[in-house]
Amino acid sequence: MFKKKVFITAAALFAVAATSNVQAASGRDYISIVGSSTVYPFATTVAEQFGKTTKFKTPKIESTGSGGGMKLFCAGAGIETPDITNASRRIKFSEYEKCQSNGVKEIIEVKIGYDGIVIANSKKAGRIDLNKKDIFLALAKDVPNPKGGETLVANPYKTWKDVNPALPDTKIEVLGPPPTSGTRDAFVELAMEGGCKKIGWIKALKKKDKKHFKAVCHTVREDGAYIEAGENDNLIVQKLQANPDAFGIFGYSYLDQNSDKIQGALVGGEAPTFDNIAAGKYPVSRPLFFYVKKSHMGVVPGMAEYLGEFSSEKAWGAEGYLADKGLIPMPEAERKQYVDAIKTAKNLVLTKK
Amino acid sequence: MNSDKKESTMDKVNRGLAKRYRKERRFRLFGLGAIITSVAFLGLLFVSIAANGWTAFQQTEILLDIHFDAEKFDVDALAAADYGALVKASMRELFPNVKGRQDKRKLYKLASTGASYALQDMVASDTSIIGTTRKVWLPADDEVDMFLKGYIPRDVPESDRRLTDKQVSWIDQLVADGRLEKKFNMTFFTAGDSREPELAGIRGAAVGSLFTLAVTLLLSFPIGVATAVYLEEFAPKNKWTDLIEVNINNLAAVPSIVFGLLGLAVFLNVFGMPRSAPLVGGLVLTLMTLPTIIIASRASLKSVPPSIREAALGVGASKMQAITHHILPLAMPGMMTGTIIGMAQALGETAPLLMIGMVAFIVDVPGSVTDPSTVLPVQIYLWADSPERAFVERTSAAIMVLLAFLISMNAFAVFMRRKFERRW
Repeated sequence: MFKKKVFITAAALFAVAATSNVQAASGRDYISIVGSSTVYPFATTVAEQFGKTTKFKTPKIESTGSGGGMKLFCAGAGIETPDITNASRRIKFSEYEKCQSNGVKEIIEVKIGYDGIVIANSKKAGRIDLNKKDIFLALAKDVPNPKGGETLVANPYKTWKDVNPALPDTKIEVLGPPPTSGTRDAFVELAMEGGCKKIGWIKALKKKDKKHFKAVCHTVREDGAYIEAGENDNLIVQKLQANPDAFGIFGYSYLDQNSDKIQGALVGGEAPTFDNIAAGKYPVSRPLFFYVKKSHMGVVPGMAEYLGEFSSEKAWGAEGYLADKGLIPMPEAERKQYVDAIKTAKNLVLTKK
Repeated sequence: MNSDKKESTMDKVNRGLAKRYRKERRFRLFGLGAIITSVAFLGLLFVSIAANGWTAFQQTEILLDIHFDAEKFDVDALAAADYGALVKASMRELFPNVKGRQDKRKLYKLASTGASYALQDMVASDTSIIGTTRKVWLPADDEVDMFLKGYIPRDVPESDRRLTDKQVSWIDQLVADGRLEKKFNMTFFTAGDSREPELAGIRGAAVGSLFTLAVTLLLSFPIGVATAVYLEEFAPKNKWTDLIEVNINNLAAVPSIVFGLLGLAVFLNVFGMPRSAPLVGGLVLTLMTLPTIIIASRASLKSVPPSIREAALGVGASKMQAITHHILPLAMPGMMTGTIIGMAQALGETAPLLMIGMVAFIVDVPGSVTDPSTVLPVQIYLWADSPERAFVERTSAAIMVLLAFLISMNAFAVFMRRKFERRW
């Protein structure tokens, strides 16, 4: 009796599996998107709007991280691979090469806007004014010897005051994203490397030994002053409220939503506000992208319409609904440039630097 | 024997008695203390989740007088009408003094973008309302909702909150007019995911969980029981069966993400099954729950007294008859308990599903096991990571729903055991 049941269920399930196989092979009626968790809130907003106002199905969006998304996107040109991948940084040359060798020959690159990376603390504490050099000295693993000379020592700074006498006398305690995160990549590149370059002899190092320069500027300290707080930015916001001495590093949209509880530190004298980031005054901001597989255009229904929705003024425009979600819009000329890139399906060509 | 000594055994016992009693009391207190601590933590968890989440079951709605002007509709293309404009027009009517583009934009923001979808559905289901004016309760924006629920403070500078002073004064006026009210949040139970907190619901995730668990149950229960019966009743005792047994026990302790990787490599890459489908999720969770079910089933087969088996064989039943007529029915309650506990475990799992693409934004409620879908714990994870503040309470509310599922499944397991259990 039991075995019979087993056979019947097994047979039924195999039948289901077989039919689903056929379905997967014959095409997909929804757009499949993967990629960055930073772009996720924006892409999902567009996807939802698209699904509700057109006859097409709502695209499926997986939050895999920029690197994970690229890996899936470049795995092949088949219909089972994603159509679009979101990224909070530009595609790397190695990823582009991988795409090419796996048959993903034609890619359209679309920049969607900017995201500011903020260094915030609780409103219970005072607002601080940092410059990039302070950030580098406070967070790098090795820093130039404070006694002088062109040597590196393990970071000796314990309080912000040690770094810069103008800063408060509180312990350096910064909660930030782990190395897998695109936010971390961008922060290290923009803020830390930016501060690194302020130190003459390290800047000179860039020409002599690029690898060593990168290792010096991009390595975050590991002695407990920088705390990897996982990918959940809401958690960092909560921890900042509980501990007024701590600082947190995350995307602008989380500051925007919690502006009654936390404040962003000034960097180079500029506050992380919507207008400052949009005007390019706030120095720690990065562009966000998505990449489209050209061979899927026209095969998966709704691709062109989705791109149209994303690049419409009511979405990514200066007063569009993405701006409400915290995306910093591109200047008008740049928006137009990418609208044209979509219309002409401009092919991305990267060459090794 | 020790009668010639001064101290008898009883004396010795009596001397140490008080100490022994003390020890025993202490031992009992430790046990009690452990239970009280764990209950206290559980209570704390429930209270904090409920305190955070109960407000999500209410949603602020705004009462608007909508004019369904006949000239604005084209009967052949109802979907093409500008429903947003209807909402905007009625808001302008409520506040005729609001002038200027910026101010108007701020005013329109008080109503949810979902309001126009709601009107579209109304017209689609009943075209006779075209040409009339109706009072309609429509969802308000999540910022308004958060403000009325007290999550956005009133007494801070304008720049520190996402609502401006003007918007606050409009809200106050709407509340005074009885046009802004908190109502039961049906959307939360009938809608799929959304980026707008006021439109987000858990139906999609709940249905996804249901499909995934159905596949898991259909596969893991028969396979698990058949494996247990074979290993317990038929298999010879040799090196091979020992090896299998060790492996099953090992698998029960393997971290679940490993099963996800296996699912990605085998089901997606080799068999080419669709990504993000409950079918694949169910298959992966089957692998994960099988060891639990096999171990529980074997234990419950072992607990059937040998006399039953021997008696059945003694009156001439074949081995198969003895098993199917007598042993299995008696072992069934224990097997079911094991299965339900395994299912409850599978219900709360996210790690293996990450690898097969079920951690995704999916708006449409899935209709079959091959449609893309997500599951309840994944939905909780996604909401917990969303910047909008209104998702905080929704996260807690979704946790409550998941807990309700888990508690009812476990209660069902206890009920089944009570009902069918036999004691000897």
